[in-house]
Amino acid sequence: MNYFNKNVLLVDDDPDVLEQQNVLLKSLGFNTVCASGESEAMDILKSFKPDLAVIDLMMEEMDGGFILAYEIKKISNDIPVIMTTAVTNVTGMEFENSSLEEKNWIKADVILPKPVRFEQLKGEIQRLFMED
Amino acid sequence: MDNTSQKLKVFVVDDEPGICLGVGAILRDFKVNDQTSNSQVEFEIFTFNDGESMIESLEKEVPHLLLLDCKLPGIDGMEILENYLNPENEILTIMITAYATIETAIKATKLGAYDFLAKPFTPDELRYTVRKAVTHIMLRGQAKRLEEEKKRIRFEFIRVLAHELKSPINAVDGYLDLIKNRILGDEIEAYDGLVEKSVIRIDGMRKMIGDLLDLTRIESGQKKRMIENIDIIEIAKNSIELNCLSAEKSNINIELFSPDSLFMSADSGEIQIIFNNLISNAVKYNIKNGNVFIRISEDNNLVNIEVEDTGIGLTSDELSKLFNEFSRIKNEKTRNIQGSGLGLSIVKKISGLYGGDVDCSSTSGKGSIFYVTLNKTTVEGQL
Repeated sequence: MNYFNKNVLLVDDDPDVLEQQNVLLKSLGFNTVCASGESEAMDILKSFKPDLAVIDLMMEEMDGGFILAYEIKKISNDIPVIMTTAVTNVTGMEFENSSLEEKNWIKADVILPKPVRFEQLKGEIQRLFMED
Repeated sequence: MDNTSQKLKVFVVDDEPGICLGVGAILRDFKVNDQTSNSQVEFEIFTFNDGESMIESLEKEVPHLLLLDCKLPGIDGMEILENYLNPENEILTIMITAYATIETAIKATKLGAYDFLAKPFTPDELRYTVRKAVTHIMLRGQAKRLEEEKKRIRFEFIRVLAHELKSPINAVDGYLDLIKNRILGDEIEAYDGLVEKSVIRIDGMRKMIGDLLDLTRIESGQKKRMIENIDIIEIAKNSIELNCLSAEKSNINIELFSPDSLFMSADSGEIQIIFNNLISNAVKYNIKNGNVFIRISEDNNLVNIEVEDTGIGLTSDELSKLFNEFSRIKNEKTRNIQGSGLGLSIVKKISGLYGGDVDCSSTSGKGSIFYVTLNKTTVEGQL
């Protein structure tokens, strides 16, 4: 599948992760727009509607990713959101969005644990766009 | 002193009703000041005329303090001490003895008794013994709380450390994953940038492990300190040379203002760590074509070190967190700068060894000045 001319918003406060996702999504054919935190992302979203968003959970604020996902879905419910997180890894705190209740308050379509693998991310993106 | 008070439960076991009555009456009106929590300790008294009823009570309620008669009609005091007191309950026992012999004393102590009260005793003797026991209980409680606090701090440190060590691994892992999947095609040169970025993260991690070792060595006192009469100007010059290469990359000018030599008794390794940390920070957090000014002077028994940069500076909020472990100021400007978050807390610890301190004044966007004072003749510093 080629995502030629589709736009993706990438948000992560780790410059390396951002760079990696940038390289990866470009290789799949996406146009990429990068932001290093939720406030920068909010600014970008004022004038730009992505076809996909890949966002980190913990950035400037502990739950910055949740709020950003919420804002993105407010702009348009059609924008798929992939949330990446090292939270489980670091804190042992576990969460997922498999139950309906969790899906209601975590406004992300997919939650991926960090480090995110190329094949995994590619597969999830494929699935999200197939559903369309 | 505040008004809080706490009640300690006291069990009194004696087959003479007079003793139970008397002890109860004296302790009910007795108050002890607890120095560890600045509060007042009062007593709640439960009396028993034999061992059996006390043992039965233990199942429902555990006292802090037990006043136990040696000779009792059924199960006697020694037997209770030996068989019926769960060590986990940490009940402090004071034996009441009519015929205080050395033998009973030794035996009771071996079985875990804390103290003795020989019959007949005066109210003052009772109060004195109980006050001593209360102090013991309170100190024991305080030691326990401190131990728990220590464990909590240690866990927190390791949790943050684990996070800090994981992020470079994740970053390198991510680059390797891209390379493995030939994201940029088959030309190996296309991956140079990714490899270079991985190397930077690995270097950062190595530096952090080094800093961590420095920190723990200083804290544990394991590192043998070699206190000698050393010229710290020479060490400063060394450190400037070490940082020259990275300074040149951003065309940063480093200048030293100092006497030709300045001798103090110190461990040269420790002084080197101070200069390396301060100067490398001044270079790292600087701007292109910026300046680093190092001033070293002496003032009676003090050595003053100032490292000034023309870099990004700090806000007052950032300043307050600066010397904490793993504190890295995260903002737009520092995002691409590698650091362990340990450098300045190491500088602070070492300065402490020399009876000195470290301080910082800074203007956001303009630059910072770090001040270190060291005592010239502290030989054995304490943390």
